[in-house]
Amino acid sequence: MAELLSLKEAVARLVHDGDTVALEGFTHLIPVAAGHEIIRQGRTGLTLVRMTPDIVYDQLIGAGCASKLIFSWGGNPGVGSLHRFRDAVQHSWPVPLEIEEHSHAGMANRYVAGASGLPFAVLRGYTGTDLPMQTDTIKPITCPFTGERLAAVPALNPDVTIVHAQRADRAGNVQIWGITGVQKEAVLAAKRSLVTVEDVVDELEPRPGAIVLPSWAVTAVAKVPGGARPSYAAGYYERDNDAYQAWDAIGRDRESFTRWLDELTGVKA
Amino acid sequence: MTEYTSDEMMSVAAARALGDGMSCFVGIGLPSTAANLARRGHAPNLTLIYESGCLGAKPTRLPLSIGDGELADTADAVVSVPEVFNYWLQPGRIDVGFLGAAQLDKFGNINTTVIGPDYANPKVRLPGAGGAPEIAASCREVFVVLRQSPRTFVEKVDFVTSFGHGTGKGDRERLGLPGAGPTLVVTDLGLMRPDPETAELTLTELHPGVEVDQVVEATGWKLKVSGDLGTTPAPTEAELRILRDLKRASA
Repeated sequence: MAELLSLKEAVARLVHDGDTVALEGFTHLIPVAAGHEIIRQGRTGLTLVRMTPDIVYDQLIGAGCASKLIFSWGGNPGVGSLHRFRDAVQHSWPVPLEIEEHSHAGMANRYVAGASGLPFAVLRGYTGTDLPMQTDTIKPITCPFTGERLAAVPALNPDVTIVHAQRADRAGNVQIWGITGVQKEAVLAAKRSLVTVEDVVDELEPRPGAIVLPSWAVTAVAKVPGGARPSYAAGYYERDNDAYQAWDAIGRDRESFTRWLDELTGVKA
Repeated sequence: MTEYTSDEMMSVAAARALGDGMSCFVGIGLPSTAANLARRGHAPNLTLIYESGCLGAKPTRLPLSIGDGELADTADAVVSVPEVFNYWLQPGRIDVGFLGAAQLDKFGNINTTVIGPDYANPKVRLPGAGGAPEIAASCREVFVVLRQSPRTFVEKVDFVTSFGHGTGKGDRERLGLPGAGPTLVVTDLGLMRPDPETAELTLTELHPGVEVDQVVEATGWKLKVSGDLGTTPAPTEAELRILRDLKRASA
């Protein structure tokens, strides 16, 4: 049964220094508020996992929370680069960042294997690319039936996965709709999970096509209205494209980033 | 004749390459502009597929990102990311993969990972692969669209993020890659296609007003020019109107 907790308490209980943490969301429903709470609580040494690390990962990396990133596309969607991520990779600021780099198909299949309780997944990807030479978690495998050469990637089983969703009921069942990315797989692959939601209701009104994560598959639910901003929550609010544009200038330079960080963590300048 | 920019010419030329009724796996940026222009112009039955899981998206404006709500709201179906890659892309159901690039080499290999020879200490760290390696592997063919300069059109890419034709003709077959790879490159100066004998990208068409020397200078390898060099038709009034309306609606 999922526990209904405050965001602060959920992060304090579920996310520990050195954990492997996935905050998933594919443009839609990015758990930004939870990422900020991890920064406020000062976690360090995290292995951050996400297909599309965007500005909240830039912020976590810039704040020094992460020592490793497992990912497949790191950028500010529609805007450009993640400058804190770049600074960490190219100049080890504020701490060195190890990277483990995949393609989207590779990452998606790693979560599928994790959610399926299998040790690895197989895909017809990576062939001819330089990625297998840099990433130890891509290995060739031969199909035992046809002899075809394919790529194997190991299951991803985060210590904790955090996602944002539209609604939960008081028992902790979660409803999520729109672009659902790999959120279901990432939650089911994880040892622990936290779902932040826009709303907690007495009863979930059925919505065709909306995924329900049953209470018993989730560790904790926290009500965090607006918890995906500046990304969006279908049915609740739209993506704040200006905020993504504005991040480019803040993230670009260490000083302006540090001012942003001080403001987030409540440090007086 | 309405005046137009070289970027507009590029978008129009890229859009024209997409036939009505095709399915197209769309990357964000220039490819998305071209695909949406095609769908609102000569190819109303073009199926746009975005890696966020939106199949058959019909956006009224250009999405800023591949996961924009507009794409989901207008799609025939919204599926999970594992599904879009495993069920729709991998088996070869999609006609065209439409990609951008940070670097492209003379055999159509694409780099979106790092600039510089040392992966661990890159000169520039780029966003990475995203969906591109599998799009390049599995779509029936691949179109690439990017602005041309010696910095982007290099003899050999620093990192092969997505495989084009490797080191020449026959590499794809040897590796067992299902799709035909890059069959067309659209730039702000002209069009290139792989030479049928060698798979080396060769200039086949110039945009109006562009000279061969200009393209040669903007290419980081000794560019081959087709003996049968053509000229792209200038954008029509209708194409420009649709493109500008799209841009205006998306601003």
